[in-house]
Amino acid sequence: MSMQRRTFLRGTLAGSAVGVAVGAGLLTPQAVLAAWPKNAFEAKSVGDALSALHGSSDAADSGDIKIKAPDIAENGAVVPITVDTSLGSVESISVIAEKNPVPLVASYEMGPSAEGFVSMRIKMGKTSDVVAVVKSNGKLFRAAKEVKVTIGGCGG
Amino acid sequence: MAKGIKIRAKAKEGVTTVKALISHPMETGGRKDKKTGNTIPAHFIQEVKVSVNGEDALTGHWSGGVSKNPYLSVKVAGANKGDTVTIAWVDNKGGSASGEAKVK
Repeated sequence: MSMQRRTFLRGTLAGSAVGVAVGAGLLTPQAVLAAWPKNAFEAKSVGDALSALHGSSDAADSGDIKIKAPDIAENGAVVPITVDTSLGSVESISVIAEKNPVPLVASYEMGPSAEGFVSMRIKMGKTSDVVAVVKSNGKLFRAAKEVKVTIGGCGG
Repeated sequence: MAKGIKIRAKAKEGVTTVKALISHPMETGGRKDKKTGNTIPAHFIQEVKVSVNGEDALTGHWSGGVSKNPYLSVKVAGANKGDTVTIAWVDNKGGSASGEAKVK
């Protein structure tokens, strides 16, 4: 009886040690990296990236998504892109540069407090469409804008 | 490698605009060193998290297609002056950093 009690106590202690490690954030980096959608970032086309990300590549064209980007980007290494949408309940915003070696540039998961707005700077290998895909109320919407690149930013 | 994050957050009519500049090389892994011809290994931020007062507002997943020393701007509803905005990132080599600023 007393042996069982000993084993029981030891088991509890071991269990709580793991709990403390998780609580202290020691295990966070791995947990965080596991969420990175590797398949989506390895996809070579817009459709494949969307399928990997959202399970569907059907996105309806929407006039409620505005992409602010230069018509001509002199330096492909730094292309400012702003995506602004008036769609409600935005769940995610993805930015895709169609002809980049890795087309999916960024994908944002929006919490309830986040507005449908993202602004960033991206690299573009050559002239292509920049596609913004917004997931709103479980549906995908897209808009595209062509950006001409005079000096690519993805090569050496 | 500098690991600084500069953050500005400004509240206006109920919406807080957060702007951040992160110091990071953002190597795609596809570039070659011009002198040696060796491929420069990939080193880029994979995940960025923006939170207000400890609550997640937005999580971004990035590829190497985001420019060097990334700039990010987002808008968050419901934050007030004096609230704390935190931005934390993790890169593909397991490196990470975070920074915070008060909403003005």
